[in-house]
Amino acid sequence: MNFDKSIVRLAIVFIGILLLSGFIPQWAMFMLTIACANGMAVLGLMLFLRAGLVSFGQALFFCTGAYAAGLLALKFDITEMTVLIIVSGIASGFMAYILGFLLAKYRGIFFGLLSLAFSMILYGLLVKTEALGSTDGFNVPAVTIFGWLPDLSVVRVAVLGMAFLIILLSVSFVNMLLKSPRGLLLTAIRDNEIRAEYMGASAQKTIHLFYVISGVLAGLGGAIAAVAVGHIDPTMSFWTTSGEMIFIAILGGTGSVIAPFIGALVFGIIHTIAFSYSPNTWQMVIGLSLIFVILLLPNGLWSLREKFGKRKS
Amino acid sequence: MSNVILHAEGLNKSFGAVTAAANINVEVQQGSVLGLIGTNGAGKTTFVNMITGYLKPDSGKVIFGGRDITRLAPREITKLGICRSFQIPQLYNSMTALENLEVSYGIVSLMENNGSLFTKTNAPIPSYGKTIRLLAEEALEKFGLTQYRDKTARVLPGGVRKLLDIAMAMSVRPKILLLDEPTSGVSAEEKFDIMDMVMKAVRQGNTTVMFVEHDMDIVSRHAERVLAFYSGEIIADEAPEIALRDPRVIKYIVGENHSPAHQGEH
Repeated sequence: MNFDKSIVRLAIVFIGILLLSGFIPQWAMFMLTIACANGMAVLGLMLFLRAGLVSFGQALFFCTGAYAAGLLALKFDITEMTVLIIVSGIASGFMAYILGFLLAKYRGIFFGLLSLAFSMILYGLLVKTEALGSTDGFNVPAVTIFGWLPDLSVVRVAVLGMAFLIILLSVSFVNMLLKSPRGLLLTAIRDNEIRAEYMGASAQKTIHLFYVISGVLAGLGGAIAAVAVGHIDPTMSFWTTSGEMIFIAILGGTGSVIAPFIGALVFGIIHTIAFSYSPNTWQMVIGLSLIFVILLLPNGLWSLREKFGKRKS
Repeated sequence: MSNVILHAEGLNKSFGAVTAAANINVEVQQGSVLGLIGTNGAGKTTFVNMITGYLKPDSGKVIFGGRDITRLAPREITKLGICRSFQIPQLYNSMTALENLEVSYGIVSLMENNGSLFTKTNAPIPSYGKTIRLLAEEALEKFGLTQYRDKTARVLPGGVRKLLDIAMAMSVRPKILLLDEPTSGVSAEEKFDIMDMVMKAVRQGNTTVMFVEHDMDIVSRHAERVLAFYSGEIIADEAPEIALRDPRVIKYIVGENHSPAHQGEH
């Protein structure tokens, strides 16, 4: 594991939030947990942005992870959150592995639209499947965490704590990966795929590998969301969910493995405030903030930190 | 000769009505230096592209180290030991010179670790016994690029880009290095320095070199053997002092004005 300074800081922030959780309102705790779940999916998306690829179908794996967790709890009575999380990761990773054989061959708009197509196929299947609640989805039973069934008053904190743990493990892993030769290759493929191939590297294999990792990350995010919300439905695979993830990725930037989580949190805040003030036109606020980010911070919120840090030094 | 490393057998390639390679037969000895000459469209780059797997010949075979590599993908051919540089340098433009080389040595490291996800940047590459960073720094020094270490590849001057491109190709320690016009686009003054530096760096490992070149002074200075291409055919395959005096070579490639007496003066 690579204990980067920023990851240590993130861990300290997490511990601080958990310690102060008694003072944080429930809605904010919920918003934080959903930001964690979205952030995980966007972390996966960020890997592709590094390779110059945009996936319009990240929701596919988010939804797969959520349904895997939900089904396991509902149909097999397995309610241990650690098990649900692991199975979700495996299920979405397996899905990505299979689809990756096709997707890793494509670049640019074809990659984006193919990924979108697969997520919409899943959406269509789920909507038509009565056994899975069709468009209504189904409720996810209460979960245990390491065998402990948290009381209603602390369940939000417990789930958030688990989400923090998953995030810390994931960002450490992704950070290590991005600094490894395989991670460097990802940027090299964006810059000049032909050259990388002529040096003996397989761009397709590299993209396939990161596609699986990205799928696993999104699946873990989906499982967190399923447990936190206690309900899942097919909109988790709808194209607007993928769109939100791209929005978060642009908002946060690709400068750090932490950026997706900052993006997800800011998105959550904008969404919550916009929705409470204008329930019918909140999308307009989201749209305006996207324009604001693209015009003023094309490298995302993370670039603010870099600018600020440089000025200080 | 017994130590043939590469054998092109009856290579043919056409693009519509244009014949880019017509029955090319060449044997390349290990450790030799070949200069490939010819006017634009004569078939030099087609020949290089067929050896490196970018183009598949319509007929004929490329045998490398006793193995038929004709239908292999470029990366497979690189893994076997043939690497190339490009006429227009192919760099990772958003990265620094150092990072360009780190990626290159990183690929070597990945290959030697069977592509493991847990290949570390700071662990020595088995066959080199050195880390990626150290090897990249050494390569910069060997090619005189240390001062450009932290410059983004996009802003590097032409000659530096050429050198970096070749330094990257050398990271895989190829048995055969193909240089496609290593001095094109470089000022006349720099040409000789660049080529001297390249040949010095490249020849340390007894690498077989095939280079495409338009400057006959550079060809006669570095090549031990010349392949002269015209209209998809090899019209001369001799030592430079003989090939560059060949009447057909003078007529079609070198030009009447380029006096053979000048050859080898540099």
